[in-house]
Amino acid sequence: MFKMNSNETLRWIAKPIVFLLCLLPVGWLLAGLADLAGFAQWPSASLGANPVDRIQDTLGIWGLRLLLATLAVTPLRELGGWQRLIAFRRMLGLFAFFYVSAHFAWYLLVDQGLDWRLWVEDIAKRPFITVGFTALVMLVPLALTSTKRAMRRMGRRWQRLHRLIYPAAILGCTHFYWQVKADIREPLIFCLALAVLLGWRLYRSWQRAGRGRAEKDSRQDQDPARPRLPVEPLTE
Amino acid sequence: MRIRPSEITPEPVYRARRDFLAGIAGLGAAALLARPAPAEEVMNVTLVQRLQYKRNARYSTTEKANSFSDVTGYNNFYEFGTGKEDPSRNAGSLRPRPWSVVVDGECEVKGRYALEDLLKPHALEERTYRLRCVEAWSMVIPWIGFPLGDLAKRFKPTSRAKFIEFTTLLDSRQMPGQRYAVLDWPYVEGLRMDEAMHPLAILAVGLYGQVLPNQNGAPLRLVVPWKYGFKSIKSIARIRFTERMPATTWALSAPQEYGFYANVNPEVDHPRWSQARERRIGSDSFLSRQPTLRFNGYGNEVAGLYAGMDLARNF
Repeated sequence: MFKMNSNETLRWIAKPIVFLLCLLPVGWLLAGLADLAGFAQWPSASLGANPVDRIQDTLGIWGLRLLLATLAVTPLRELGGWQRLIAFRRMLGLFAFFYVSAHFAWYLLVDQGLDWRLWVEDIAKRPFITVGFTALVMLVPLALTSTKRAMRRMGRRWQRLHRLIYPAAILGCTHFYWQVKADIREPLIFCLALAVLLGWRLYRSWQRAGRGRAEKDSRQDQDPARPRLPVEPLTE
Repeated sequence: MRIRPSEITPEPVYRARRDFLAGIAGLGAAALLARPAPAEEVMNVTLVQRLQYKRNARYSTTEKANSFSDVTGYNNFYEFGTGKEDPSRNAGSLRPRPWSVVVDGECEVKGRYALEDLLKPHALEERTYRLRCVEAWSMVIPWIGFPLGDLAKRFKPTSRAKFIEFTTLLDSRQMPGQRYAVLDWPYVEGLRMDEAMHPLAILAVGLYGQVLPNQNGAPLRLVVPWKYGFKSIKSIARIRFTERMPATTWALSAPQEYGFYANVNPEVDHPRWSQARERRIGSDSFLSRQPTLRFNGYGNEVAGLYAGMDLARNF
């Protein structure tokens, strides 16, 4: 028998499980492709009559879901007291980037079929594509600086840079909203979830600012008995 | 519980079973109507089984038709949900028989007609048409129907009849998608009188030789092959001759994106996507798009209807 401490459990059990869960949609699509190509018979994974659009949509929606999941880590930590959730944030963010990139690559290579003139025209001419593309571009530096080393080296600038996830998520939801024809119910759910996640942050920073002011006032009052509020680290 | 592989129904078997059951459902309806039968009901029985028709080669494309499962499994019919597979899942709640259609407006003959009476004088023909969706995908479908113009003439439209307006059934118990105001129900579409009288415009009652499946607009739908698919209204409950251009559903929903004419036009893009090319569903080269043709390839026949019109403005 061997025993694991909680860090080891996290590293060897919880993280691999989350990793595999994040890969499930890819597995599902691969099963669908195998069914389509006739390598296997998995009708329940069938990609339907329009597999190109189905794959495109699936990749995009999972990119957005995981982006929102990444943004949910900090609120859940603070509200639910699950400090360890932070261990999953980078993985969720990188998977979000993976799905969004795959969504874009699929659009370029398969949907638009390798015709670069069409790419340029489409990205420039159509706002919902421009918006989605901008969101992807914003995520690139975040993915590139996701290593522990970059985090250490950049210090406070890392924090500031990674706030790009907020506009990227807003643009991502806008992209989804703009793309539907009439039934806006699903994109509205995403927008609502995003509004809650960002609203909570606004509320927190407003609260902190208030506390900061109170602290300053109390220092001016020369009240040494009042303890300084602990500032909690925001990153891993 | 464990399920052995041998217990799982193979796909071809359950597909065939589903098709069979769908057929039986139609036959069941027919059996109900087929009590000691007056003439009309005999007519109805022949309707729900295989349809009697002649192929119209002149108006048919020789392109390969989409499979029955593509045609009946990938539909835009928001009355049954907005997903492409929702209609095939949910359209079972529609009762296409008995069915009646109200004909009124600027015409001499009006009233409410049982479907059988409406169809009786018309010989059915099969026409294989291209269908181009405004979402930039397309199919090829062997419809069974008859020219809309032949039906319109029977009701003696007056000189004030400039347009025909079509309305889909409004009944959220039969059409659960109507519980959500995704569009302004009931669905309304329309044609200019000369468009309606064009021999390519048909009313369809079937496809692939059999009566229309519910998800394809049973029991009576419009097919206007040179226009985007949303013009071809399904499950028609009312036909009205009007002097003024009808306010149509998609044009009301997003006037900057969908116009009254909605002629297929590769040169006029949808504001959010290009209309220059289309993906042919089910084709071997489904990975690439093919060029979209003006008037969906029916320009020789219909371009004259729009002589002198600015088609970029009248999109």
